[in-house]
Amino acid sequence: MTVQIQPLVLKGGRVIDPGSDHDAVVDVLIGADGCIAELAPGIADKVGDEVRVIDVTGHLVTPGFVDLHTHLREPGQEYKETVETGSASAVAGGFTTVLCMANTNPVNDTGAVTRYIVGQSERCGLARVLPIAALSHGMKGEKLAEIGDMLAHGAVAVSDDGLPVMDAHLMRRALEYCATLGVPVIAHEEDSCLSGGCMNEGRVSTLLGLRGIPDAAEDVMVSRDIVLAELTGGHLHVAHVSTAGAVRMIREAQARGVHVTTEVTPHHFTLTDEAVVGYDPDTRMAPPLRTEEARQAVVEGLRDGTICCIATDHAPHATVEKEVEFELAANGVVGLETAWGLTYRLVQQGEIDLTTAVRLLTSGPSSCFGLSTGTLAVGASADVTVIDLEATTAVDVSAFHSRSSNSPFKGWELPSRIARTLFGGRTVYLWDGEEGRVGLEADL
Amino acid sequence: MAEGTQSKFSRKDLLGLKDLSAEELRHLLDVAEQFRGLNLRAIKKVPTLRGKSVVHLFLEPSTRTRTSFDIAAKRLSADTFSISGSSSSTTKGETLLDTARNLAAMHPDIIVLRHKRSGAPALLSRELPGTCIVNAGDGFCEHPTQGLLDMLTIRRSIGGFRGRTVTIVGDIMHSRVARSAIYGLRTMGAGVRVCGPRTLIPPGLDSLGVEAHDHLETAIAGADVVMMLRIQQERLARGGHYFPSTREYSRLWGLDRSKLARWARKDVIVMHPGPVNRGVELEPELADSKWSVILNQVENGVAVRMAVLYLVLGGERAARSEGRGV
Repeated sequence: MTVQIQPLVLKGGRVIDPGSDHDAVVDVLIGADGCIAELAPGIADKVGDEVRVIDVTGHLVTPGFVDLHTHLREPGQEYKETVETGSASAVAGGFTTVLCMANTNPVNDTGAVTRYIVGQSERCGLARVLPIAALSHGMKGEKLAEIGDMLAHGAVAVSDDGLPVMDAHLMRRALEYCATLGVPVIAHEEDSCLSGGCMNEGRVSTLLGLRGIPDAAEDVMVSRDIVLAELTGGHLHVAHVSTAGAVRMIREAQARGVHVTTEVTPHHFTLTDEAVVGYDPDTRMAPPLRTEEARQAVVEGLRDGTICCIATDHAPHATVEKEVEFELAANGVVGLETAWGLTYRLVQQGEIDLTTAVRLLTSGPSSCFGLSTGTLAVGASADVTVIDLEATTAVDVSAFHSRSSNSPFKGWELPSRIARTLFGGRTVYLWDGEEGRVGLEADL
Repeated sequence: MAEGTQSKFSRKDLLGLKDLSAEELRHLLDVAEQFRGLNLRAIKKVPTLRGKSVVHLFLEPSTRTRTSFDIAAKRLSADTFSISGSSSSTTKGETLLDTARNLAAMHPDIIVLRHKRSGAPALLSRELPGTCIVNAGDGFCEHPTQGLLDMLTIRRSIGGFRGRTVTIVGDIMHSRVARSAIYGLRTMGAGVRVCGPRTLIPPGLDSLGVEAHDHLETAIAGADVVMMLRIQQERLARGGHYFPSTREYSRLWGLDRSKLARWARKDVIVMHPGPVNRGVELEPELADSKWSVILNQVENGVAVRMAVLYLVLGGERAARSEGRGV
């Protein structure tokens, strides 16, 4: 950050920064360089007039959230989302760092596309957008893409995401090559021979007359890739884990010392396949919503650390792709603006504690991928989220800052509310009492 | 029609049998029974739905169901309009919802929908609150009028449901006919068994109180009714790996007179929703034998569909208040 800002103090909030093991009511001083300068009680009472004081007494103050898995759709599908609208959606949800998947058009499989995405992000300046490089050329699963070139232009991880790498040899080589370059391979684990359905296979798919996808479609690929990670020493990051079997295998592999990590989405720790009853296309996603047993398994994985972070898999789709027969509907849901509320709902239900919740959205994802974000340590970029835990948020998809509204949580009432998001010390999102305002002038 | 019966069915749509109560099912069958008599008269037309419009939106091929609905509507004096998959604008890329909204703007009273995607009638029901939606078969989900005609046929053949056992044999996984029959029969207290290779038995049937059998012999032993499902040979071609050949299927799960004579009750009845693959799931002669009630099913289909069209439009009270006669 070279931009100079007016120094400011966030006064009186409860600061939880799991990365620094910090949980106390303190003031947060942000310097003119947009970085964290000091955390201590009573700073606000000592500073001069040149420092702006923002009273956040009674609110929770955390590092800006980090999302390892989003789809920002630009270039190529700007009618669903752009880097700018996706960034707006991110900061409205308390996220200041988002990784965006490579399934754009053209695919992010060369440094030029990576550079374009980074450039779009720098132009809007709302959040840190870190591209994920395609693993294979055109995401066709045939030959390695120029991963090193993309890393040089700002990519931080590698994945063919929605298109599972069915060729085990290619996956082996990708893990080896990426281990050389020091970046993780993110794998959407789904055996495409086993996954010819549109929802979880089980009692509910039978009742609805929809083709099911068994847990085994995910489990056989997780099993294969753990073996390959063990062979190669590469870092395997399993995207959006959804089955009890996958959580169990990852836990066992971690105990053996295999470098495998994983994430879970808010929809998978909140909903089950019962949500598909009624055929709402916004309950269609890959992997599909599973059973209550699986939901409990992923929550247990969040509790015991097997799953190191919550990632939204924010997947915007236009209404034309969703207002159709369930089997024809596009996979995916938007998630950035509901992620915190759903995570805090888990806290309120007693399924995880508050510090764990914050960790799963901050230091959890950052340390998993070796990012410098997700912390309020002195010297870190002042990416900060301020949360009103007493408020509630009615999920109104028409008020989303995302360009799309495909959320299965429409109409839900979620606990708490994002009150303010700062990126590099500047307020980029503010709840003004009636509506959420996004932009570099949100607080002017 | 007897006075005071319309309160027993007050839905504007018939999407499936899954959520119908025993009282609603019984009422539908009772009304269908009364329309059955009409179909045997020399003059088969009544003014009950005069001035009403019924659109038959059949976006998947169908001969029997479509003709049956058409005859049912016309015998009730409704005006009918037929749109098939090949003539509809869905082939020009229009979405189902846009097609339905355009139709609804012309104010039909009922849209009868046949669609290859499960849940399509639910989509229409949600988006078109002013139009009655009748499901004529959606994907693998439900085929409620088939379920009702099966139930009417069973009730007429063996007298009732409670304590009786119905065995459904074949591709349960991809069968809307099986699902509607299971829901309706279980609600009315019948026992239901299914039988077929495990590749064609979907998970979770135990939660509906359905017994799954691997072997035809145990499946039909003691059953009052055996319902054979059509084996769709195109499933084999698509690489589903459900079974190796129709020859082998026929040998293991096909029904013939010798298996019936050895394993089944003497008075068992054999049903089939049609169209029959003679020589695959049924021995060619069996469809015409003393056990078969297949043509009774077709006959009852018209009466059941008349009852459904009549009841979704409000039944007797609505007909009288609008001067349509009953």
